[in-house]
Amino acid sequence: MAILDKHKILETNATLLLIFSFLVVTIGGIVQITPLFYLENTIEKVEGMRPYTPLEMAGREIYLREGCYVCHSQMIRPMRDEVERYGHYSLAAESMYDHPFQWGSKRTGPDLARVGGRYSDEWHVRHLRDAQSVVPESVMPKYGFLENRKLNGEYIGDIMAANAVLGTPYTEEMIENAVADFQAQADPDSDFDGLLERYGDKVNVRNFDGQSDLTEADALIAYLQMLGTLVDFSTFTPDPNR
Amino acid sequence: MSKTPEKQPGDPNTTGHSWDGIEEFDNPMPRWWLWTFYATIFWGLIYTIMYPAWPLVQSATAGVMGWSSRGEVQQELVAFQEANAPLNAQLVETPLDDIAQNAELQQYAVNAGSAVFRTWCAQCHGSGAQGAPGFPNLLDDAWLWGGTMEDIHYTVSYGIRNEESDDARYSQMPAFGEILEEDEITQVVQYVMSLTNAQTDDAAAQAGAVVFADNCSVCHGDDGKGDITQGAPNLTDAIWLFGGSQEELTETVVYSRFGVMPNWDTRLTEAQIRAVTAYVHQLGGGQ
Repeated sequence: MAILDKHKILETNATLLLIFSFLVVTIGGIVQITPLFYLENTIEKVEGMRPYTPLEMAGREIYLREGCYVCHSQMIRPMRDEVERYGHYSLAAESMYDHPFQWGSKRTGPDLARVGGRYSDEWHVRHLRDAQSVVPESVMPKYGFLENRKLNGEYIGDIMAANAVLGTPYTEEMIENAVADFQAQADPDSDFDGLLERYGDKVNVRNFDGQSDLTEADALIAYLQMLGTLVDFSTFTPDPNR
Repeated sequence: MSKTPEKQPGDPNTTGHSWDGIEEFDNPMPRWWLWTFYATIFWGLIYTIMYPAWPLVQSATAGVMGWSSRGEVQQELVAFQEANAPLNAQLVETPLDDIAQNAELQQYAVNAGSAVFRTWCAQCHGSGAQGAPGFPNLLDDAWLWGGTMEDIHYTVSYGIRNEESDDARYSQMPAFGEILEEDEITQVVQYVMSLTNAQTDDAAAQAGAVVFADNCSVCHGDDGKGDITQGAPNLTDAIWLFGGSQEELTETVVYSRFGVMPNWDTRLTEAQIRAVTAYVHQLGGGQ
């Protein structure tokens, strides 16, 4: 066939082969990736999603720093055993303010997509300090040092501004008040009305690690305690045909 | 230097390339390989018609099979719910104490309860229900709030000292560090230790008996055997939730400590609660 004979030109010309290989990969990429940006059923709109509060954002940064994602996924797959154990399967919209998302690819520990509210703060403190004291068969390392590392939220506004560039709808007001909101969330005696006004009434405000200083443990537990709790599945039914 | 072999009659054509005098036959692909290749292309096309695949303007094609991963998991959940519905209904209708008399129902309740336990309870009570310091062991005969089916069912449903349920079991030991003198605390700790035959200072323990009678016996009983109606632990059985050493007991008396258990009536179904009740009851300590 004539057209197949022309293929010989590509096979015998390395530069041309490179250019055409690149073209083929580009077309394949466009076909697979572009629709995800415009198809209406890629990310369904759900109620309740909000950007992370400054304290939760700091907790998330600690989660990344400590490499929690290496052993913990945050993605409940649509399978019966996972839904029965972890709760409703994850929706794409639930990761929409994660840059990058924390779906993970390995579960040495359990999935954490809906760990929020499942255990008490005190349980988390004990578990971070010494996981084997509450789960003897656990292989999780000890993170008690988080309780000794104080935080003041100095740079959290910068992190939020960076996330705003990536598309998280942080308002200027949120970024301006970042440090105040950061400290208010871990102090139930503070004036946290502004925090609730900006991030919603459902935000957990309490002393997460049970000690007077605001530490990395406060931030991490605040983050863990909100995971998967934003979407109210008693009022929201996902379209089954997505 | 070897010589290129002569072309034999019947040899296929060469590709025309020549590398240092080496030439390459231009054999056609084996027929079976070619047909398998065409078959996979055909199969690929059929597959994209049957299942969700092609992106269009608004949405992707749904596929003529109507399959979706969400639909599949939903179907499976419903199928198991329906298959278990008669047993679940029977479990809810049967009086708690009669469940064990129906062998089939008991077997179902214990197995289902074991799954519920491992999902929701094991994190605190341990995967084998052996407990941990601060979290009660459910295998032994010691019960803080009672070990009958009725008691366990109530505890699981409403929890202990949580803020979510108005019906939660509630009691609170005072922090005696603010009430008693330091000597008195030392004495009463010695007395409590003497109840379980630990090594004690007899004189202090005798003095402690008076302190105990005045301050502790209201809840823990005159004989220290506790009171399950208010969750006051039995102090004579050598089973310690927060430790029975002198230091640990002193800390408990000075600061007071107690655990919190969530209410499960809003998270689990009544059948699940009854199942886990039956599971915990048959672990060994059920009354």
